Amino acid sequence: MSARPPSRDVLKRLTASGTARAALVLLVPLVFCALFGDLLANDRPYTMTLKGERYFPAFRGMLVDLGVTKWPGPLAGMDFKADAGPDAAFPPVPYRPSGIDLTNPLAPPSADHLLGTDKLGRDILSGMIHGARVSLTIGIVAVGIATVIGVFLGAIAGFFGGITDLAVNRLFEIMLAIPTFFLIITVSAFVAEPSIFYIMAVIGLTGWVGIARFTRNEFVTARTIEYVTAAEALGAHPLRIMFRHMLPNAMSPIIVAVVFGIAGAILVESGLSFLGIGVPADVVTWGSILNEARGHTFAWWLAVFPGCAIFATVLAYNLLGEALRDALDPKLKGKLPAGRSPRRGKAQRPEKVRT
Amino acid sequence: MARYLVVRVLWMIPTFIGITLISFLIVHLAPGDPAKLAAGGGLGAGAGAGLAADKRAAVNRAVTEWRTQFGLDKPLHVQYVVWLGNLVTLKFGESFKDQQPVVEKIARRLPVTILLNVLSIALIYLVAVPLGIYSATHPYTFMDRLMTVGAFVLFSLPTFWVAILAIVFLGGGDFYDVFPPGGLHATDYSTAWPLLTRAGDLGIHLFLPVLILSYGGFAELSRFMRGSLLETLTQNYILTARAKGLSERVVVYKHALRNSLVPMVTILAGILPSLIGGSVIVESIFSIPGIGQLGFQAVLARDYPVIMAVFTMGALVTLVSILLSDILLTVVDPRVTFKRRVAS
Repeated sequence: MSARPPSRDVLKRLTASGTARAALVLLVPLVFCALFGDLLANDRPYTMTLKGERYFPAFRGMLVDLGVTKWPGPLAGMDFKADAGPDAAFPPVPYRPSGIDLTNPLAPPSADHLLGTDKLGRDILSGMIHGARVSLTIGIVAVGIATVIGVFLGAIAGFFGGITDLAVNRLFEIMLAIPTFFLIITVSAFVAEPSIFYIMAVIGLTGWVGIARFTRNEFVTARTIEYVTAAEALGAHPLRIMFRHMLPNAMSPIIVAVVFGIAGAILVESGLSFLGIGVPADVVTWGSILNEARGHTFAWWLAVFPGCAIFATVLAYNLLGEALRDALDPKLKGKLPAGRSPRRGKAQRPEKVRT
Repeated sequence: MARYLVVRVLWMIPTFIGITLISFLIVHLAPGDPAKLAAGGGLGAGAGAGLAADKRAAVNRAVTEWRTQFGLDKPLHVQYVVWLGNLVTLKFGESFKDQQPVVEKIARRLPVTILLNVLSIALIYLVAVPLGIYSATHPYTFMDRLMTVGAFVLFSLPTFWVAILAIVFLGGGDFYDVFPPGGLHATDYSTAWPLLTRAGDLGIHLFLPVLILSYGGFAELSRFMRGSLLETLTQNYILTARAKGLSERVVVYKHALRNSLVPMVTILAGILPSLIGGSVIVESIFSIPGIGQLGFQAVLARDYPVIMAVFTMGALVTLVSILLSDILLTVVDPRVTFKRRVAS
């Protein structure tokens, strides 16, 4: 046995895989947009001078949005576009995603607005750049919630077995038979004040079944292995055995399920905002831009571009999940490029949430 | 077998009650008051503040009366028991919106959704099985790899995006006018048309919705079929068949295919719930008067009885389809015994 940690093998296989590289090519620009959207698309200039004083509104604005600081006196409530002065340097996309310009509604793509504008004259490219942050955040937070619930329930079901297992399995059955997407629509439509936090919570609270099942199956298998018996004999607390000893060994399928889960969560979120549910009206998301195309079928740019972004993101996470699965479990490589291992009926990919 | 079936069906009851209980609690505990929405009418909360005291009292009285009428004045657990009791006699109550019996509303819309989903399932199997067979018999060739990539792309394509693109570019907007943008019938539709014309009209209206509801299934099932057949082809009895000198055609289609179709039966239960979810989006986008659209409109109007009816039906369909696919599995694969499935 070599002393090399298995994670290095995984990493090696991952970097050698074309699927993983394809995923990375799609994900890097998305993450970049999500992190630096405020500096890429904004109506606040990077730098400007006002009455001999030099300001950096784009950077300052990020801090103001975070609530760390306030606008300095002369900049407060200023319309930068009109009054920034001749030496102002604007970001490459000089529009806010929510910057309404009623003089220029539904403009097709042009040099001014590279991807056109919506019915309120908001710049689509800016909306798409900022939408990356909403989508990625919702995907990651929602699946984070689902992972915590799923791992916990799966772990106690697999570890304790018996009545606990039975109860958790009933819960699986209930969650699988409930029309999940309809449930998400119902809850999101009912909340008094729409907010992306509700959406994250709802998707997370309904999306844990796949992860829980994988965890349970892994724990059932691991339960009989000697190291667990040894830990028990030493008097370790069940929680310690579960999460300190068993969980690290069960990580592979959970990681894969989590990555596929992010793709699913992003699909659901954009489906919701496409239906006009749950996302507040002033938050521009990919789905909400796409929604506008329903009322303006001539405005092809409203339909084409945001959909590309959703598709690319979902594809990226699906590719990453696929690559991770191959890297974590090389036995499966090439055998079943997608879908489940049919004979054993053991799901390799969590059920897709169709939107 | 009979005993197993009884046990299985009995096990479905607690699951079913769990589902309806969760749905019921979510629907009824959510903020927002359908009574005020209905009885208050145009007098929203904001306008209500400025009303004279006597008028406000009248509105309050109307709200209270409305609650009594629909049983919303009782405690929640009583409401649930009443609802469950009514369900046994197939009473879903009356819609809050127009006081029509929910059963009638559902019955009017159910055929459309069933038609849509049956066509989709048929199309999925018709396309996915041959594609999967081709992939499995030509593994790692260019075409197989292409189909793998294609399945991946289809799997990641959001339904609503494809639907919107289809409407924008093919639905008679500024681009091509190939398909109607929505609805079930042409605007000048009449029942006096000859049968063929009517069928053609329905066909052209359903073409895009069915295709869009299905393509995700193509991807999933064709991969599934490929994996299943590939695994069957590694079995010893296939080796025997080849060793006997049987032609590849006979080996694949006569010996391997039958066994590899077994898991395709079970996956039906898996795709049905996702098709139901897909109906909500597809029916809303294409203005198809089915259950999905009804449910979506009910959610927007907080029409509790209709929402609960949609939840109940969705859950029932899924539970029954899981049961059916378990039964089917024992029929097509005698090795699967009921006892073992109960234990697992």
